[in-house]
Amino acid sequence: MDQPGITNYIPILIIFALAVVFATAMIAMSRFMGRNRPTREKLAPYECGVEPVGTARERQSVKFYLVAILFLLFDVEVVFLLPWAVVFRKVLTSPEYQHLKFVFYGGMMVFLFLLVVGLIYEWRKGILDWNR
Amino acid sequence: MTTDQLLEWTIKIGVIFFILLTTVAYLSYVERRVAGWIQLRVGPNRVGPFGLLQPLADGLKFIFKEDIIPREASKWLYLIAPAAAIIPALMSFIVIPFGSSVTLFGREITLHVTRFDVALLYILGVGSVGVYGVMLAGWSSNNKYSLLGGLRSSAQMISYELSLGASIVGVLLVAGSLDLVTIVEAQGATSGYWLGFIPKWNIFLQPIGFIIFFLSAMAETNRVPFDLPEAEAELVAGYFTEYSSMKFAMFFMSEYFHLITVTSMATTLYFGGWNGPFIAEYPFLSLVYFVLKVFIFIFIFMWIRFTMPRFRYDQLMALGWKVLLPASILNLIVTATVILFVN
Repeated sequence: MDQPGITNYIPILIIFALAVVFATAMIAMSRFMGRNRPTREKLAPYECGVEPVGTARERQSVKFYLVAILFLLFDVEVVFLLPWAVVFRKVLTSPEYQHLKFVFYGGMMVFLFLLVVGLIYEWRKGILDWNR
Repeated sequence: MTTDQLLEWTIKIGVIFFILLTTVAYLSYVERRVAGWIQLRVGPNRVGPFGLLQPLADGLKFIFKEDIIPREASKWLYLIAPAAAIIPALMSFIVIPFGSSVTLFGREITLHVTRFDVALLYILGVGSVGVYGVMLAGWSSNNKYSLLGGLRSSAQMISYELSLGASIVGVLLVAGSLDLVTIVEAQGATSGYWLGFIPKWNIFLQPIGFIIFFLSAMAETNRVPFDLPEAEAELVAGYFTEYSSMKFAMFFMSEYFHLITVTSMATTLYFGGWNGPFIAEYPFLSLVYFVLKVFIFIFIFMWIRFTMPRFRYDQLMALGWKVLLPASILNLIVTATVILFVN
């Protein structure tokens, strides 16, 4: 029963259903159990007791956007590393792939080298300096 | 798949769900007691013996507090955000092995809900979905503090996710599997000992990787010294400034769920999971070892919280991108090279 198989993914659905029910119940509970006497001041955006100035939907620093884009690039590359890392030792120890050992190792090193070059480029360009 | 198995999964998930909720409630109590202890004050000690009923009182109070939806908030997103934060936080625990297997009511029960080949990838994936709750909460509140907190928090979480992922690759190189049960078993007594007494835990093979993992995990859970998103001196409460009653509690709980998840991951990946002496004779001990290790980690997290000052935001970003990310890539290269020549 404990063998890896496609049915072992079913608990994800169970816990997801349970989590959704739980979250909905909590939100509903706070909506209906608590008292509810709204006033104009109570519903205003919180700004430490001062009258709210302007709107929150202002322009924000572009830095956050840059970080998101960099994250996308690097995260995809980390995902590429995972399958290679999982089979690495199996390939090294299996007799039939002995002649490909260094190709298998070197290929990923070239990939990592390109990754590091990209990182150094961003570093030199100053994208990683938050204060610039 | 049989009905029996479905029933077993449901019961296990139900039990774990209940235990997690209780643990989270009591972690809030433990955290305040530890804080009091470290700062030479008493902490909550009024409700029940030693204040042990405090979480219950807190829960009741959360339920009966007024539920406020700010006038300018985007109503539906505002309501969905806490759910989007807590659902992924609850989901990640089902693949973590918290014990070997015990015989209960005449049948063998494995102490993990399920195992599959991509368990670790599943935890990373589900964990990163949690960013949506934070972002939605920050955006939909239509409050300046919330928006800033949400932006900071999401930038921080995605930055440290890189080094978290890359440090885990080091463990994968050693263990050769993404299945957490396999990773734990590979660190067990059956693989023997170094010098006759040192267990084969991954921490001894991946010390640098563990440090990177630990720091990134601390940043992922938004805890001091990485608690910029809710730097209370400047942003009130960060992305959940506008939330009240149970919705506030949901963000609070999801942070504690993440704390439990990352500490269990640290235990499982680096500290041998449920392994320890005498588990072959007494399988129940494995559960004790796991809980003990996790709680040691949680205590260290709390200890750091009440000892360290907070980073500045540029220092935080510099640490993530200029120190931890290059260090984790270097760790990876060194590990792969050593395995290539030694193996």
